[in-house]
Order: sequence, then C-alpha cells, then structure tokens
Amino acid sequence: MRITCPLCGSRDRREFHYYGGAVYAERPAADAPPEAWDGYLHLRDNPAGETRDLWYHELGCSAWIEVTRNTVTHAVLSARLLAGPERQGRSARSILTKKKPNSGGKGR
Amino acid sequence: MASLLELTPCEGLLPVTAGGVTLAELPPALITSIAPFEAKQAAVARVLKSLGLGWPRPGRMIARGDACCLWSGRGQAMLIGAGAAGLEGIAALSDQGDGWARMRIEGAHSEAVLARLVPVDLSPAAFGKADVARTALGHMMLLIARTGGQAFDLMVFRSMARTAVHELTVAMKAVAARDNAT
Repeated sequence: MRITCPLCGSRDRREFHYYGGAVYAERPAADAPPEAWDGYLHLRDNPAGETRDLWYHELGCSAWIEVTRNTVTHAVLSARLLAGPERQGRSARSILTKKKPNSGGKGR
Repeated sequence: MASLLELTPCEGLLPVTAGGVTLAELPPALITSIAPFEAKQAAVARVLKSLGLGWPRPGRMIARGDACCLWSGRGQAMLIGAGAAGLEGIAALSDQGDGWARMRIEGAHSEAVLARLVPVDLSPAAFGKADVARTALGHMMLLIARTGGQAFDLMVFRSMARTAVHELTVAMKAVAARDNAT
C-alpha cells in the first residue's frame, strides 16, 4: 500500500502511522451536547468502501494527513494536509493521484 | 579541568570503500533547525535570501558555497554551514550541530546501494540534484539529498551513526559482490 503525502509524494505505507477515523479531527465545541461528545469519543463507522482516516507521516515530513481510501479495494483515493494550506511550495492537488473514486461494490 | 576528547559521530568508522562506492563522514558544521512562526514565513525567507540562500520548497535544498538550507519537514528546514543570525524572534531555532551524523555516499553504484535501504525512487529522473527527501534508512529516520550526479548526502540521528554505517557497509559489500559475480 502506498500513500501520496501532499508534501512528499507517493510513499510506502511503512513511513506512516495510523491514528484512526478522520472524526478525531472534528472536535465538538466545549458546550456541545453530551451526545456529540459521546459520538466523537466512542462511535465510529466501519464501512466496506470509502473511508477517511488520519495518518501521521512519522518517517517523513511529520505532517498529519487525512487519507480517503477504499477498504474493499485498498485503493488510496486522496490525501490532504490537516494543518492549513501549506504555503511553502507545490500544491497538494497537483501531485495527488488522479484516480477515479471506486464505487466500492466491486471488490477484488 | 579535565581535557575532553571531541569525537565526530562516525569517528573511527569511516571512510569505507567497496565496489567503487565510498561512504565518508562530512566535516562537522553548524546545523540549525528553523521553523518559522505563524505568518513569519516571508520574513524568514527574506533573511535566508540575504545569506544567499532562501526558504526551500518541500523536497528541495538551496546551496551556496559551503552553506545550504534543506527542507526537512512540514514548516521546517535545516540551515547547515551558516549561522542563523537575524532569525531570532521570527522562527523557532534549535542548534542541532551535535545531533546528526552526516555522511556522503559517492560512486557509480551509490543508487543501487541506497535502493536496498531507502524506500523511495532515487533515480535521477525522480530525484535530481538538490532534491531532498525525509524518509527511512532501514528502520532509521533519514534526511537525504542528492548533491552530485552520483553523490548523496545522508543525515541520521547521531545516536544511530554506528547502525547506519553498518547497514550501509553491508549493502555496499553486497552490491560489490554482485558486481564481481557478473
């Protein structure tokens, strides 16, 4: 499995650390109802198909990225930096793989 | 007062040559990591420009004489061989001169040697002169730059110097053995 880091380009999976669902980056407001906090802390989808999750490029540029991938086909569809638009160089979009999103139903 | 011995990270380990590839330690130099504060990116770039360098794009280095500035991660660069005067207050600076083992690997098969340890494409088409990557050397963190047609500068944490030299030497000997066999 290879992940296209928006800063470093296509890299082997061994350079990344998996954190969990992208929901972790969408923290509820401090005064949000308990249901929102319950969902944020404990409830996760487990889709057969497209999913978004957080990865840390630990052996690379040390950026946190959100990766959209397909759990059925193992295709990595896109990745974006979590911390703001990076202003120091090549744009993320220009080097991302331009694969068509997979419907997820076809499997192997 | 005790007289302390100053040892470089690869003291007594390098240089090593095998199969026309040479691995040698680079001379000690000032190394400062620079992480610009929020909204100070342009100001940092201006100061670096005045040193004849500049803020490198991701995956690139800017060199001038003995000094260079290497991109080393998101919002971070390493200034090597030059002082960081003028950057105080606009960037987080940290002196890392004692923290890194710096080596140069050079020779016709240097790419073949690194291909055994580094999981990125280092062919000239994908990784040209002044290209930089933060990646792995075996299981170690590595900062690598192509500094010549057949030459790469490598930086690993100083505590990993002996392991890095061992891994690279084994790979050099293995590539040399293949070369002799054909």
